Formats: sequence, structure tokens, C-alpha cells
Amino acid sequence: MKSLLARGSELSSSKEQFRILSEVSERKALPLFAEKLQESGLFPLFPTGVDILQVNVGKLCNQTCKHCHVDAGPDRKEIMSKETMQECLVALASPKISTLDITGGAPEMNPNFRWFVEEASKLGKKIMVRCNLTIVLAGEKYRDLPEFFAKHKVEVVSSLPYFQKRRTDAQRGEGVFDRSVEALKKLNEVGYGVPGSGIVLNLVYNPGGAFLPGGQSTLESDFKRELKENFGVQFNSLFAITNMPISRFLEFLLESGNLDSYLEKIVTSFNPLAAAGVMCRNTLSVGWDGSLYDCDFNQMLDMQLEGEVTKISDFNQASLDKRKIRLEQHCYGCTAGAGSSCGGSLA
Amino acid sequence: MSQNNTYYHPEDLKKFGNIGEFGPDLAKKFFDYYGSVFADGALSAKEKSLIALAVSHVVQCPYCIDAYTTDTLEKGATEEQLWEAIHVGAAIRGGASLVHSVQALNKVKELGI
Repeated sequence: MKSLLARGSELSSSKEQFRILSEVSERKALPLFAEKLQESGLFPLFPTGVDILQVNVGKLCNQTCKHCHVDAGPDRKEIMSKETMQECLVALASPKISTLDITGGAPEMNPNFRWFVEEASKLGKKIMVRCNLTIVLAGEKYRDLPEFFAKHKVEVVSSLPYFQKRRTDAQRGEGVFDRSVEALKKLNEVGYGVPGSGIVLNLVYNPGGAFLPGGQSTLESDFKRELKENFGVQFNSLFAITNMPISRFLEFLLESGNLDSYLEKIVTSFNPLAAAGVMCRNTLSVGWDGSLYDCDFNQMLDMQLEGEVTKISDFNQASLDKRKIRLEQHCYGCTAGAGSSCGGSLA
Repeated sequence: MSQNNTYYHPEDLKKFGNIGEFGPDLAKKFFDYYGSVFADGALSAKEKSLIALAVSHVVQCPYCIDAYTTDTLEKGATEEQLWEAIHVGAAIRGGASLVHSVQALNKVKELGI
């Protein structure tokens, strides 16, 4: 499968995505997300600070998952330069930022990825990498990634949509499940997911279709039991994440005739407790070209940050803390049910 | 036949909460009970959802089948678990018919020479 962009799909345009979401919302008389927040006393939504710097180092990926909100894939060439990474490191030095969260695409495919991790490691910050697992088996130059991660005590966060092959491969591509299990075993071998090792492996579950994730703790128990019994694989925690109705998941919703009901579902499942804890309040998202966003979803919808600071090169904590977070209908995806963030459920 | 000429409309599932319009007290009691029944207890919420899916097929409630297929998936059930639950319902339903054949058997023997 090619990316939406490579296929010349209209859905690769954020304008078209907004048009579709707005059209459904009007037709189904769904309230605006901002109105819902207002009812909960949360509008306008302000940040609580910048605790996590989430850096998207590029859209290049070895997989083309059907639900990908980045529209990443082997045909995407957008890659963060070393110079922009250096600017991220300057911002990361801010004492208020505790964590660097590196994402992509497959972030490891950025040629300066390892240098970036090494430099961030020197700053003594917590480092997280969104690793798609199969990259570990994608060739000789990636084979020692588990050891590299372990050396720098990188927290590995890996998507595994399900503990069975069928549903995982349907979402992420044929053969992805088997290769993911093999990669998990390699991570376990160097200590990841092993109690007392001091290095953390967390998995990310997201539903294999047009439904919401259930209770995170029950899912975590199921995943732990099934992966341990069937494959001898261990991990620390499971993060349950809701599929966002944008980009390639929006394409799936449209093609499968599920768009209206899915949007209705996330709107009617609005949870004010989850809304109060959404990740955009303590996270700053950096795009491959250094542009700033409230979150990775806003980034993919070209919703650049409001306010004076719009580039990581101009990072200014005080100014960023005062900004108003930009909201659109897709934001319901983070506030449905138990809520959803890069760290899983919120409420 | 167009959907408008049927008794069942998928859109009506979302109106389940409106059944209290003319009798809120009893509806509240029902929904409180319903919520308690499906909460985690000696059985997990997922196990209860799978039972509900099986029963939905036995009582042939399209709203329930829609709701509990979604619910079991949301609770992380596998497709195999869904289908085994449905077969449990089918087996009981089929068995319930067949066990009555004992009555027919008795009658055959009673009437025979």
C-alpha cells in the first residue's frame, strides 16, 4: 500500500479532511469540540506547561499501516535535519522539560537518529522512542537497536494492535505480527520488559477497526497472558489509544461506511475528566521541519501553534505556556471514553 | 424493502435511553440494574459481554447483536471468542428444541403397539 500522498488522494490534504469532518458534524448535528469543552469549563484550553517535547523526526517508515495518522510509509521522504535536531536539543535543555519523545514514521530511519539520542542522553532527560518493532529486523544497520536503546536507557514504546496475527496484520501489513514478536524477543533478550532491568518496554494497543478501546488494565492483562503463554514475550505496560478520524484511518472510515457512526460514537463518549488531562496540555510537538504544534495529530493536520513562537528555533517557555491550544472536531478522539493520549488512557 | 418499511432501525439503538420518556422511575431502576449487571464482578465485564452476545442471538435482538458485537471487540475479545459464544447460544437453543423430542419419543411409544 502506498501513502495517501503518493496515491494522489484528496485525503492527503488537511483541508479536505476538515471539510469531511465538518460536513458529517453538520449533517449529524454534532456539537463543536470547543462547545463541549465550554460546557466542562475548559475553554479556552491552556497548557499546563511543556513537560514533554515530542519530536517527529520524519514521515519515512518501513510500514504503511491502515490507521496511520501520519500517512507515513516508504514513499515519504520528509526527514528532520541534524540542524533542526540541534535546535530541539537546545529547547530540551530547558529545566522544565523532563522528557524527549521521539516519533515518526519509523524514527530510526532518520540517518541522524542515533546522534540525536546520544546528545539527548547527555542532557540527562528521559528519552522515549516510538519504535514500530519490525524496524529492528529491517536490515543489518538496525539489528543492534535493542542494545543501542538499552545503552541509553531509552524507554521503548511499540505498537502492537493485538496479541494475534490476523488483526495485527490486517492493520499493519502482512507478516508484521510475526516480525513484531521476533523483535519483542530481541528486546526481552537485552532486558526490555524484564522486571528489575531498569529499562522499560511499553506496548500500544489501538482497536483494529471502527470501535473504541476498552478498559486499559483488562486489555493489559489479556496481552500479558497471551504474549507470555504463546510466545514467551514480556513487557511493562500497555497503552490503549483511540484511532483518530484523520488521514488513513479517515480513509478506512469513509470506505467502510463507518464514518458517521464513529464520529457520533466519539462525540457521545466525550468524557470531561479525560478532557482535563489531554496530552496537548503538557506536550509540545515538533514537526520534521522544526514547526511547532500542540500535538502530533494537529501536526499532521497542519494546525500550527497559535502565538508568537511557531518554530523550535524560537523556543520560549514563557510564551508557549500562554498559548491557546488549537481545537477541531478530531479532538473528540482524545476525550472519548477513558480518554486517549500517547501514554494511554487518561481517566 | 426500504429501511423505512421495517420495524427495526439501526438509528433506534441510540434512543434506548429514551424509553423513560413516559415512565422515568422504572426506566431508571432498569438502567441502574443493567449497569450493575454488566460491571466487573465474579465474572469480568468481558465475560459478561460475551454472554450477552450469545443471549442476543438466542433472543434474536438486532439491537443487542449490534451493541454486543461492538462491545466485545472493544473489550478486546478475539473473533474466536465471539463465535464460540454465539455457538453456545445456538447449542442451547437447538438443544432446547431437541430435548423436547423426548416428549415426542414418549408419545410415539405410548401410541405404538
